[in-house]
Amino acid sequence: MKAKVSVTLKRGILDPQGQAVLHALSSLGYPGVKDVRMGKLIELELATNDRAGAEAEVKAMCERLLANTIIEEYRIELME
Amino acid sequence: MTAPLRVGILVFPGSNCDRDCHYAVTEVLGAKADFIWHKEPTLPQVDAVIIPGGFSYGDYLRTGAIARFSPVMGAVTRFAEAGGLVLGICNGFQILLEAGLLPGAMLRNRSLSFICKDIHVQVENPKTPFTSRCRPGQVLTLPIAHGEGNYYADQAALSTLKARNQVVFRYCTEDGKVTPAANPNGSLDNIAGIVNDAGNILGMMPHPERCADALLGNEDGRLILLSLLDAIKSGQRSPKPVLAS
Repeated sequence: MKAKVSVTLKRGILDPQGQAVLHALSSLGYPGVKDVRMGKLIELELATNDRAGAEAEVKAMCERLLANTIIEEYRIELME
Repeated sequence: MTAPLRVGILVFPGSNCDRDCHYAVTEVLGAKADFIWHKEPTLPQVDAVIIPGGFSYGDYLRTGAIARFSPVMGAVTRFAEAGGLVLGICNGFQILLEAGLLPGAMLRNRSLSFICKDIHVQVENPKTPFTSRCRPGQVLTLPIAHGEGNYYADQAALSTLKARNQVVFRYCTEDGKVTPAANPNGSLDNIAGIVNDAGNILGMMPHPERCADALLGNEDGRLILLSLLDAIKSGQRSPKPVLAS
């Protein structure tokens, strides 16, 4: 099965990249964009079909390496 | 007669200040230094460890995030836990944060730019093994060269750092004023360098090794490296050989 992990900076932590994109969009004539948050998308191909096991393992990977939980939060999406 | 002082300098794929550190420690300060490849599971007999600057593993994922899992970092952790002196410079600081040996994390510079220039820092704590040659409040001119030096810690961690005097350097103006304008990268509270609670691990973004030689026109970095050598001489050597666990 596959796992998609998205990692973003936590709310309240300044995201300079997101701010730069927000300003660029505003100057391109999209004043309706209120905020932009940038992040990373990490796709994993897993050698298992055990959903619960995969979820627990990917969560451990996020805690240990894929995200720095001092500044980032992550979301895991599993697909068959 | 005691053995000559030996400093271990870690080398990761992508380290690029390792040779500058070696030059500063050996040619300028007259101590011995060994390069230690990141695959080594143990440290040779050294009195201190420097984790140099650079772009370990190309800064992939996050700065320092992959280097912290190199085998040598297990040995460095045991060395530090035994009281050994560890100095992390720039990427070395980032690696120490990712390894959890120092509190907090690095964010991208507020300006999004890679900044390479001389800045000023104030010595907030001259009572560390890395700053004993400095006066309280002394202003040092040191070069920085980083894209991710925007230090962050949550409120609880910041309170602890301050209460325990762990903030060692803060970005300031030439005449020693800690102001937002003197903060090059957006670091929380103008923080440029911190020590751990025990005081034997320092992480700093500026590069003392790049300003230790009179030929380069600035010797402020010598104060930090000489303080480290003083600390080793005065007995703060690693208390015992650090073996593989």
